[in-house]
Order: sequence, then C-alpha cells, then structure tokens
Amino acid sequence: MLSAVREPTTPAQPKIAARGLWMTFPGTGTRVQPVHVLEDITLEVRDGEFVCLVGPSGCGKSTLLNIAAGFLAATAGEILVDGRPVTAPDPRRIFIFQENAVFPWLTVEDNIGFGVKRPSASERRELIAHYIEMVGLTGFANAFPRELSGGMRQRVEIARALAAEPDVLFMDEPFGALDYLTRLRLRAELIEIWQREKRTVLFVTHDVEEAIQLADRIVVMGKRPARIRAIVPVGIERPRDLDDPFCRVMRDEIFGVMGLDHQGLQVSIGSTAGVRVHS
Amino acid sequence: MKDRVQSIVLPLLVAVVFVAGWHLAVKWSGSDIFPTPRQVVSGTVELARKGVLVKYIVASLFRVTTGFLLAVFIGIPLGLLLGWFGPALKAFNPAIQILRPISPIAWIPLAILWFGVSDAAPIFLIFLASLFPITTSAIAAVQNIQLVYIRAARNFGITGLDLFKKVVFPAALPQILTGLRLALGVAWLVVVAAEMIAVNSGLGYLIIDARNAGKRYDLVVAGMLMIGLIGLGLDWLVRQMEKLDEVRWGLSR
Repeated sequence: MLSAVREPTTPAQPKIAARGLWMTFPGTGTRVQPVHVLEDITLEVRDGEFVCLVGPSGCGKSTLLNIAAGFLAATAGEILVDGRPVTAPDPRRIFIFQENAVFPWLTVEDNIGFGVKRPSASERRELIAHYIEMVGLTGFANAFPRELSGGMRQRVEIARALAAEPDVLFMDEPFGALDYLTRLRLRAELIEIWQREKRTVLFVTHDVEEAIQLADRIVVMGKRPARIRAIVPVGIERPRDLDDPFCRVMRDEIFGVMGLDHQGLQVSIGSTAGVRVHS
Repeated sequence: MKDRVQSIVLPLLVAVVFVAGWHLAVKWSGSDIFPTPRQVVSGTVELARKGVLVKYIVASLFRVTTGFLLAVFIGIPLGLLLGWFGPALKAFNPAIQILRPISPIAWIPLAILWFGVSDAAPIFLIFLASLFPITTSAIAAVQNIQLVYIRAARNFGITGLDLFKKVVFPAALPQILTGLRLALGVAWLVVVAAEMIAVNSGLGYLIIDARNAGKRYDLVVAGMLMIGLIGLGLDWLVRQMEKLDEVRWGLSR
C-alpha cells in the first residue's frame, strides 16, 4: 500500500523540465534596482532522479526551486512537470523548507498526517506510523515540535512531505540550519529513504560535499545572475565516502567551475579539468 | 525551598503588613467613616448573609461573560478577515483607529439612550470595550503569521476556508489569546463603571449604593475587594488557557 502512485511517464519524457527560464525581480522605484537572478536556465530531471543544485549563496538556486514548486512565476520561459506547465503549488510536489516549517500547534503525528490523502482512517494511521518509524521518531508521536531538537523537527518535515505521497520533493537547504553531525546523519538517512522510495528529488545546497554525497547529478550554478555552469554526473556507488580521492577531485573541480579554489577562495574561472563546462 | 519563600511567604508577609498598616492608620487618624479591615470583613459577611453578595457577583459576571463572548464571536472572525485581506483592512482601519481611543465609559449616555436601564446597556458597553482589543490583536496576529506555514499549507492543497481553519486560526491563536486576556481585564473594569450608572444590581451598583444609601464605607471597600479578587480569578482562567500546548509555542517568554 505504501508504494507511491505515480502518473505513467514515458521514458523519453523528463519528470521536470526547465526551458529557457529567466527571472528578474522588479525594483521598487529609484531606491532598489531590478535584480537579474536567473538567466536562460534549461534543465531536465528524470523520473526518480536525485539532482542537486549547487552555487554560491544568493545565486538564485532557491529562486529556481521556488519557481519549480509553483511559489514564484518566472519572468520568461517555462517549467514543466510531466509535460505540463507549473502554475501553482501542487500536493504531488512537496517543498521542504530550511527550517521551522512544521506546524508548532500540531503534534508530530498530526503534522505528518497533515497532507495525507488516504480517506480510510486505518490506512491513514498506518501511513503516519510508517513514516514516524522511517524518520526515527518512534515514541515521539504525541510530542509537540517545540519539545524536539532542530534535527528532529527537520525529520518531522521530511516525514510530513513523504506522507503526502508526492512524486517530487523540492528541498531547499533542508539541513542548512543544523549542526554538522546532525547534518551528516540526516544526509545518510535521506539517501536510505530515497533509495527505498525512489521519488524525484531536486535539492538545493551551497555545500558541494553535500551535493557529492547525495546526488545522481550536480547542477553547478554561477554567481548572480545565475546560469548553469556545468552538469556533473556523480556516478559513484552509494554510500559515498567524501575522503575517497575521486570525491575530492570532483569537489575541487566543482569549486573551480564556481570560480573558487579548493579552499573555497576566489580564483579565475577556467582553471578546471575534467568537468564539462557549459557555454 | 527558595521558590516557596518567594512565591508564598513573601507575598503573605506583604499582605499582613498592608492590613496591619491599614488598621493602624484608621485607628491613629481616629476616622469613624473609613472602615478598619475587621469592619470590612464583617460587612462582607453581612452581605453574604443577606444573599446580595452572590446575587451581585452573579449579575456582574453574567454581564461580563455575555458582552465578552459577543465580542469574541464577532471580534475574532472580523480580525482574522481584516488581517488576511489587506484592502479590507485599509478600508476599515481609519474607522477602527478613531473609535478605539474612545473610552467605553464615554458610551454610557448612548447606551442608556438605546437600551434604557437594563442588562443590555452594560452588556453593550462590555462588548464595545472587549471588541477593540480582540479585533486588533487578531489583525496583528494574522499579519505576524510566518509565511512558511501558509506556503506549506498551500503546497499540501489547503485553500479557502480550510486554510483559515487549519492554519490561519491556529497560527494566530497565541497572539489572539493575549488580546483576550487584555480584553477581559478591560471588560471587568468597565462593568463596574457601567453598573454604577445604568443598572441597579451588580458589584458596581453595590459600591455606589452603599455610599449613597448610608455612607456604608465598609461595604464600599468590601465590594472593591470582591472586584479585585474576581478580576484576579478571571485573569487566572485565561492564563490557564495559555498553558495549552496548542498555544504555548507562540507565547514563550
């Protein structure tokens, strides 16, 4: 019962497709100039694929995610899910926020049940219990969010998203506000869950190592206005070890594409090898 | 142990010193009008024996409860709507801001003109007095809702009235409750003033009647103490609601 009901997609059709997407935030009169955020973004994500968007802070990767989720409208271009243009948020595609998006007035159980669509009460209960267990919150069903740690609250949010049985998850730096160890643990858990449930994931992070550990493909974006600088297929068996020399090389190359050296400092662009650089 | 000293022993000590000071002040001044604490206690007992104490307390509480609940049922939905729909707030806000600073006491002549000497007049005044704090706190509460809750709810397909029921109202509730506490405090102040003029029962009437009918200042002070104690009780009731898990998240101090 717990396998997600998916719309059939032909293998040729990408799950998500961005076509020539541009985004400019209008200025407010004389004081604030218009901000060009995205420039000509074209990208395809396959069904069941885990794609990370990386780029420097404030480059517009979150904006791209918000457009894909239907929270923002692009200035030009379009974004398609299952071949249909996105115009509004949809329960089949759930957005996971950076922090504090679980409802503080609901218990863990009620939060997770918030988006459950099953009409039968027993199925509903079973589904909630299943996801509580999956994110390791057994015993906390009746706790309120303020009684939980930041990491546990993010687990609630992930479970709340999964329990709505979406086919796409949009994750906007979901572990960005957590401490280092919790972040590592949640990454590993997320991969486990994704391998079991195989939803399409579009995951925004500014942490290149996080992207290498998680993604099937990494989309590297430059500084604002952001264009896609490179698309890097990771192609390493999971679970991945960041100390693996191949991972380190990949990290340095992605830094290079972003215009940074291996310590994350600014260098001139083009000093990279191996990674395919767009345009 | 230290907690107990601070929360019970010290307040008790202050009360004892206050009552003793009061007693001595009356004795030393030689006043035969202003009552001693002992006279106030016997006055309270006298009122209780005659049955008027309970009758007047019930009368005052009835008016406060009715006027306050009317204001709750109108003020909360009104505030939620005005807070949610910007243009509606723009239209109504000037009127609200002009009416709000008018003391409910100033409405007494109009209340008597419209409702005569009846329960309806003080109830109307309490309704008015509670309506503004409740409505304005609900407006502010909606405006302060974290956008992320609304976005998340919309993402799960929640819209329209459901969005109000499942997200807007619970998200606004802690701040609304703060407004209710304020409103109930004001309502209790107003009922006493209203009863001095517009009716012939209740604790406000008791005070003014005890003075006018026989300069019974022991009964005046007894009435005042009752008002204080019941006000404390009402505030305690609202504070109990603030302890519920559904609102505590928004009231952490």
